[in-house]
Amino acid sequence: MLPAIPRELWQSLQGALIALGGYALFAVRLLVEVPRALLRFRLVIDQVHNAGTLSLVIIMLSGLFVGMVLGLQGFDLLERFGSEESLGTAVALGLLKELGPVVTALLFAGRAGTALASELGLMRATDQIAAMEMMAVDPVRRVVMPRFLGGVIAMPLLAAIFSMIGLYGAQLVGVQLMGVDSGQFWSQMRGAVETADVMEGVIKSVVFGVACSLIAVYEGYHSIPTAEGVGRATTRTVVISSVVVLLLDYILTAVMR
Amino acid sequence: MTADAIVRVRGLHYSIGGRPIFDAVDVDIARGAVTAVMGPSGTGKTTLLRLITGQLFADRGLVEVDGKDVGQQSRGEIYRMRRRMGMLFQNGALLTDLSVYDNVAFPLREHTRLPERLLRHVVLTKLQAVGLRGAWQLMPAELSGGMSRRVAIARAIVMDPELLIYDEPFVGLDPISMGVVLRLIRRLNDTLGLTSIVVSHDVREVSAVADHLYLLSGGKVVASGPPSALADSDREDVRQFMHGLPDGPVPFHYPAPDYDQQLRRAR
Repeated sequence: MLPAIPRELWQSLQGALIALGGYALFAVRLLVEVPRALLRFRLVIDQVHNAGTLSLVIIMLSGLFVGMVLGLQGFDLLERFGSEESLGTAVALGLLKELGPVVTALLFAGRAGTALASELGLMRATDQIAAMEMMAVDPVRRVVMPRFLGGVIAMPLLAAIFSMIGLYGAQLVGVQLMGVDSGQFWSQMRGAVETADVMEGVIKSVVFGVACSLIAVYEGYHSIPTAEGVGRATTRTVVISSVVVLLLDYILTAVMR
Repeated sequence: MTADAIVRVRGLHYSIGGRPIFDAVDVDIARGAVTAVMGPSGTGKTTLLRLITGQLFADRGLVEVDGKDVGQQSRGEIYRMRRRMGMLFQNGALLTDLSVYDNVAFPLREHTRLPERLLRHVVLTKLQAVGLRGAWQLMPAELSGGMSRRVAIARAIVMDPELLIYDEPFVGLDPISMGVVLRLIRRLNDTLGLTSIVVSHDVREVSAVADHLYLLSGGKVVASGPPSALADSDREDVRQFMHGLPDGPVPFHYPAPDYDQQLRRAR
């Protein structure tokens, strides 16, 4: 006979399944709306600006520092084996395949994700969503969809910028500060990094973009219309996005290696 | 019963989480009139509006708008029905990222392909009707409560609806703004040939503007008729509400154990 599942565990399991079902249905609804949203691309461009351009400073700064740390740590490690010329390769692979997409996604969840969730939550709390429905305007089509697509488009672009600035940071420390040969740094990198490595990063950032944007718009759109409810939705957006990004990162890395 | 009713509610039952809100409610909204739905807080006035506009559906009974059963309509049909309605929310519910002009233009831009010149003409006409043509460039955050409500009215009438619904339009307004909104409700109804439903608990204000009142309490319609008839009613519960008496069938005190006993126990 199977051991009896404690009531609380059963209830939380049920709650998680219901939430997962909600996410799946919402994702299908968004998917159906994609062609129509592309026809009104102006709305999407505004949201690429909101999610992407406004995140640029934090992404660039973080990319620079992550690259500089990678340069420093990489140099210390490679120096032990006398292969500090491979620094460029090590940093490029680390940034393009892992740190670029992952750190960008985590920063995106903290900056753009929370902004999206709280904006949608407040729109619901102040009856703006209900007002749209009363004006016979589908809020998912008019408000949610452009924000979702804007996030999906912005993420790979931000990840690319993060990696690029990161490489510059690593070069700054490795070549300018530690004295690695500039020619070796760049030529080894060019020789070792393949298109497949770049594609791995691109695929990851697109998947993270879909996941983070979906979580943000779902949590915001379904938040309880009170100050506390919007606050909770914002927190949940960051927590769920961070865990999901790291989980997806492992799965994608395992599949693509 | 009204012969030409744009909204007909018959035997309406509705409950939320097992708590009954409406128990066999009948309401008729006469075409061309201003009808007010009143009642103490928590009696389901806003819920009735949501049932009429197809945001909620009755557990039992009939909610009919312009001869069509709202409960039997598809999502697309409900959206088509709403295009002929305008609704003013308690706080105006203006879209905060759009200017006054763009808020009023919003329904037109979503539902029509009017050239910008014509659209501008319609929007400015509606803003003129609510006295805010000069505020077209302002953002919602720059408006007072009364101004927000008036912009929301302009937005609600921009599609030339047949039915205009006001949900607590006087909440939090100063006397001047309240007077302006009151006059607008009556004037728009008469000049544009609308039908208006006003949900409120501001007895004096609503009595001044409405042709017909419904008083809801305890999930039922406890009284209905012209404002003067309700004001003179002999019924205690109607008198308590219409004259704002603190005690009566709706007691002043929330049910509590014996006062003396509770004080002794606290010691």
